[in-house]
Amino acid sequence: MYPGTRANFSHITPDHKYNQPMLAFILQRLLGALLVILGVVSIVFLLIHMIPGDPVEIMLGESASTADREALRVSLGLHLPIGVQFQNYLHGLLQLDLGSSIHLRRPVADLLLERLPATGLLAMVTLLITLSLALPLGVIAAIRRNTWWDTGAMSFSMLGISIPNFWLGPLLILVFSLWLGWFPISGRSGVSSVILPALTLATGLIAVLSRMVRSSMLEVLGEDYMRTARAKGMPPGRVILHHGLRNALLPVITLLGLQLGALLAGAVITETVFSWPGIGLLTIESIQSRDYPVVQACVLLISVTYVLVNLLTDLAYAWIDPRIRLGSGH
Amino acid sequence: MRNGLTGTVPVVLLALWAVLSIGAHYLPLQPDVIQLQQILAAPGNGAWLGYDDLGRDILDRMIVGARTSFLVAAWVVSLSLLLGTLLGTASAYHGGWWDRMTVLVVDVFLAFPGILLAIALAGLLGPGIDNVVIALTTVGWVGYARLSRAQVLSLKHREHVQAAEALGNSKWRIIRKHLLPLMAAPLIIEATFGIAAVVIAEAGLSFLGLGVQPPQASWGAMIRDGTRYMLVAPHMVLAPGVALFAVVLSVNLLGDRLRDKLDIRLTDRNGTQS
Repeated sequence: MYPGTRANFSHITPDHKYNQPMLAFILQRLLGALLVILGVVSIVFLLIHMIPGDPVEIMLGESASTADREALRVSLGLHLPIGVQFQNYLHGLLQLDLGSSIHLRRPVADLLLERLPATGLLAMVTLLITLSLALPLGVIAAIRRNTWWDTGAMSFSMLGISIPNFWLGPLLILVFSLWLGWFPISGRSGVSSVILPALTLATGLIAVLSRMVRSSMLEVLGEDYMRTARAKGMPPGRVILHHGLRNALLPVITLLGLQLGALLAGAVITETVFSWPGIGLLTIESIQSRDYPVVQACVLLISVTYVLVNLLTDLAYAWIDPRIRLGSGH
Repeated sequence: MRNGLTGTVPVVLLALWAVLSIGAHYLPLQPDVIQLQQILAAPGNGAWLGYDDLGRDILDRMIVGARTSFLVAAWVVSLSLLLGTLLGTASAYHGGWWDRMTVLVVDVFLAFPGILLAIALAGLLGPGIDNVVIALTTVGWVGYARLSRAQVLSLKHREHVQAAEALGNSKWRIIRKHLLPLMAAPLIIEATFGIAAVVIAEAGLSFLGLGVQPPQASWGAMIRDGTRYMLVAPHMVLAPGVALFAVVLSVNLLGDRLRDKLDIRLTDRNGTQS
């Protein structure tokens, strides 16, 4: 899927069967996720075989000697039959062996571990900014429906969905780093350097999430228990937060899980814009230096993280809302 | 609320985009002509949008870039729509083992977030407009397959389809005459938003250096070149960015309007409206 479109994992397993206890539900979801991960691994494995021409020649360049080429071919196992290669690849993965980088001559797993904290920090700050802006924005738009608050919030959301990361990032650098001089231009130095990349990544998420909060909140506002809460004299702010938002958040949680994918994929571009030393930048660097084992590992790590987060979201959702697994509502 | 700003302006902008893209060949453009004395020149006499770091006319390059994004969007959306609808429809109508396999494949492709898979594919296949189309179609068909599958699942038990089956119509005829017309509206809306996504994705790949080959112009590549000269020549980043943003915003506004107009409520498997 592309950024901006709505990925949906609601049928990660072929058929919903709601009438089953929690354990069976968990097992079914785990099995589904496992199948999907196996599929992801197969595609990532096949990536290197989709390169037109000889991958070894492309990786080493035309000037490399035949001996060097054959050495690399053997060390990557590319001389073996494809079935054996796949077996070896799976076997390596099970032992967390992701191969080694051709250019840096280091295990890929080490490279990933080195870059992981930067991406983790970026993702955390992005989520923090997203939640602290999207929730109020959506709630205000819903309770002040059809006022200029609503129009303003939803126009902002429309702009946020439509602005590409790789343009917003340079714009923010232009205004806040070059003209105002508030933040460093790029790289990771000090606390303030995470602000602009996180803001760039958060904009799209805020846009999508605030829309969802608004529509979910609008549904909840019409419920009987909201009227009851108001009728018994509860202060309006408390009604909105305790009875409204808490119920409205359920579908928002699922969306947040799905949006984490947009965040991870967006990080590839955003980290490149800001030279933020995370997994995303590593992906692009290794594509540029034709270090294919590293490319494969990055794609695999990002995708598997995405699948696992969605699995957890699904399970959390079923745990919070028994209707999902017991199937009375829906 | 539906005033000119959200109604007419997007349509005019998109029409302009299409006309410029199709007509680019007939315009006296000089996107690759280098004028050394004009390097990084700001917008002014002779060039409305100024010159880039090699002294090339930015407006001319923007029009060629419009053509690039238009062609890629047209190809990718049509191919994805065709492929996805075909697979989704066939799988849902056929059912059984074939359907389960399709669902698994769709889920596997959806497990790659965003354009990650397209980035990897474009990186491995090498730059070039054909490879961009291949990479984005590989990622793009999935959405249409899922949507058309869900549609067929809810439609295939309707009375008019069963009647057509009972009358001995062929599968292909039933799909063509009795299913596709009812699926058209949601697919058109999905395709409209798909245009916005592909335009951003193409520019994104070109921004990363994985899109079209230089010297061919793409808005994404122009933004990337511009980021190196932001302090001296901000117009290099602003001009292509505004164009890209305007097109994507217009497509999204149009998509929203279409959705409201056609009033799409996706039907679930039991055929009940959700």
